[in-house]
Amino acid sequence: MSIDATDRAIIAATQDGLPLVPRPYAAVAKTLGLEEKTVRHRLRRMQETGIVRRIAVAPNHYALGMVANGMSVWDVEDARVAELGTEVGALPFVSHCYERPRALPDWPYNLFAMVHGESRAEVEEKRAAIARLLGPACRGGDILYSTRILKKTGLRLRPREK
Amino acid sequence: MNLDTTDRRILNALQDGFPLVAEPFAQVASDLGLSEDDLLARLGRMKEKRVITRFGPFFDAQAMGGAFCLCAMAVPEAEFEIVLTKVNARPEVAHNYERSHRLNMWFVLATETEEEIEAVASSLERETGLRVLRFPKLREFFIGFRVAA
Repeated sequence: MSIDATDRAIIAATQDGLPLVPRPYAAVAKTLGLEEKTVRHRLRRMQETGIVRRIAVAPNHYALGMVANGMSVWDVEDARVAELGTEVGALPFVSHCYERPRALPDWPYNLFAMVHGESRAEVEEKRAAIARLLGPACRGGDILYSTRILKKTGLRLRPREK
Repeated sequence: MNLDTTDRRILNALQDGFPLVAEPFAQVASDLGLSEDDLLARLGRMKEKRVITRFGPFFDAQAMGGAFCLCAMAVPEAEFEIVLTKVNARPEVAHNYERSHRLNMWFVLATETEEEIEAVASSLERETGLRVLRFPKLREFFIGFRVAA
């Protein structure tokens, strides 16, 4: 789906978050010179087409004690990866779950699932739970813990004019 | 910051979504049995104390246009800092993590087009003499993540 200049302006105005005021969409509309209804209508449409995934709170994992995380990776039968990936992605402790290409022979894994927990031991338990869920369709797995953040600029959307 | 039961209920409820109505906080407050003022004050406090990372619409960056690719390199320990400097110097490198694996450097390339992903990755290969494995996302499974507060 294509988005137009108005959508882009709304994205740019809200990507840092919504204002904490009783009428947040009206506040956004005002800064853009739009009607409040237009902002809500556009956001709803972008939600329907998947450009907006959800409007919600993202709590800080670390502040809530979720200090351990690992990138679990799995070699899942191609024919079942869509179905099983959906189940893994629906687990409450998995934040990101993707199918990615293998890079043989170095890298046999095609399913990536980021697992969060309060400790390394808890992450390992959750990793075992994923292995049980995948069952025999999974030929192997691994988990990669981050040992250092080397760069973190954040993915900023840069709405561009067409 | 100490969170009380009400703060936790708010966090749990608002991870599921926020209504697209004219006065959404009033609606959420009513669902939770709170006043709108109390809800706004608590959200403001949690945001200020960084218990809330973000509150608002979450966009699918790829649907917006732009290209992203997870990449990995197996960097020999002796060359690690030199390679790191070369990789991080690229503005297209958005995140970069050292991970416990033979493939020990994992980063995300973010560019305007798919062609630029290929160009940056190839150029890094020439510059470092190491392979840059590309793991573009083929499919995304995104539904469940909730942090129990």
